[in-house]
Amino acid sequence: MRAFVVAVFAFLYLPIALVVLFSFNAGQHASEFTGFSVQWYGKALSNPFLVEALKNSLFIATTSALLAAFCGTAAALGLQRVGARTRALFDALLGAAIVVPGVVIGISTLVALVQLFAVVNPFLASLWPTDQPPRLALGYGSIIAAHGLFSMALVTMIVGTRLSSLDRNLVEASGDLYATPLTTFRSIVLPQIMPAVIAGFLLAFTFSFDDFIIAFFVAGAQTTLPIYVFASIRRGVTPEINAIATIVLAASVLLVLLAQWQLGRRKPSP
Amino acid sequence: MRGSLLRKNILTALLLAPATLWLVVFLVLPFIAIAIFSVGERAPEGGYQAALTFAQYANLPARATAFWNTMVLAPVGALACLFVAYPVAYYLALRAPQRWRLILLALIVIPFWTSLLMRTYAWMYILGGRGIPALLAYVGIEDLRLINTPGAVLLGIVYGYLPLMILPIYVSLERLDRRLLEASADLGATPLSTFIGVTLRLSLPGVMTGFSLVMILLLGEYLIPTLLGGGKVFFIGNALVDLFLQSRNWPFGSAIAITLVLVSVVVLIVANRISTRLSGARRVDLI
Repeated sequence: MRAFVVAVFAFLYLPIALVVLFSFNAGQHASEFTGFSVQWYGKALSNPFLVEALKNSLFIATTSALLAAFCGTAAALGLQRVGARTRALFDALLGAAIVVPGVVIGISTLVALVQLFAVVNPFLASLWPTDQPPRLALGYGSIIAAHGLFSMALVTMIVGTRLSSLDRNLVEASGDLYATPLTTFRSIVLPQIMPAVIAGFLLAFTFSFDDFIIAFFVAGAQTTLPIYVFASIRRGVTPEINAIATIVLAASVLLVLLAQWQLGRRKPSP
Repeated sequence: MRGSLLRKNILTALLLAPATLWLVVFLVLPFIAIAIFSVGERAPEGGYQAALTFAQYANLPARATAFWNTMVLAPVGALACLFVAYPVAYYLALRAPQRWRLILLALIVIPFWTSLLMRTYAWMYILGGRGIPALLAYVGIEDLRLINTPGAVLLGIVYGYLPLMILPIYVSLERLDRRLLEASADLGATPLSTFIGVTLRLSLPGVMTGFSLVMILLLGEYLIPTLLGGGKVFFIGNALVDLFLQSRNWPFGSAIAITLVLVSVVVLIVANRISTRLSGARRVDLI
């Protein structure tokens, strides 16, 4: 059985290792490694379209993860204070936000937003004093919102799990010692859930940065890094893509390790 | 007292408001929108025209190939994942040395959180003309076609979704009460019948959670069939991209999406039934 497990780990990591290896290949082809070179990284990073897509992705991932971390944490705290029925309804919706395939989230958001814009834009135009009213359109906002849906659900679940294992005695003790609810929250609850919030933020960032299919539908005229990479893969595999893939993989591995480290941190013992 | 109760309720409402707004605007309303679209008609220039007709649903057989491919490769892929995942989860939960366990588990989780696009691309690179086929040509095996076949898609599926299958099975095996295994052995059961009667049976909730999760996500898969199937192995996801972004037949696309969601719900319910009936235990949480 050990041999089988070792083989599975090799299966999981060898393809990634190959891509990383060949991103440093001096030659063009996957069949032969002709020498060490970082030329493909230089080529990738001097491609203005790629840099633009990378910047877009970083902006979208940061914004949606921040929003998700705030709203998700607030929701997890709020859910501690409601009845079982409200909670079950919320849990079902959050579960749906996580389980429904990205393709369905993508198209349903596209359909809903396009209908919404068709109503809102003429309305804005009729109110606007000048000839050039603002027009709502698909773009940064719609990608951030659609990614934020999954991310917020994820943060709510991670923080909720942490909250349910929180030591209630500390909260009561703090109240007994005449701390205001706000002080109790700041000095007892927040430090204990912070690792979960940070882990949730990091995973949300990773999700948004890596997502292709949702952004593909709701990006409008914008391009994110995965959309750019997908389009160039379809035009043909080049070593330049290996370099981008290596950067993206390294970034997400780092973020996930950070998240796991945060989640594994023990609560400060009293 | 009433004032403070009111203040408490207002705070709760404020805490939940952003999440509620998000869920309603970007999950519930969009879902209602595609449900309405799915009984509408295609406008002549593409897009949607209001109507109340089931013509879109009646038209579903027009995409029978996509449905057929998905409905065959999703369960087969999930099964293949299961057969690879179970021994790994078993080893991690019951056999691996304690201090290695968390590290090995982290090594399983990390690929899950890295870009599926990049990981699928890696296989495209390996299976493509300049990868394994070029290596095989050196040893005299010529003209071997690996990429753009159902086999390549299946490989990509197992590769992409293996971590998601391993995790729930690991969780249910880890919670297993080891005393049951000893009791079974003490009562004269062979290792095989202990495995079937105790271990496998009690880990079924995890198996069903993993299976239904992987299967549902596979039903909506687009990247793997596109990159490794090369337009030859069409999934429902490909049909949806075509209908929404290329041919702009939104009502028909919506009908397909609604069907997809309904199938997912059925998969979830059946998996849940099976695991409760067979194990008598509660379902394992998704996260």
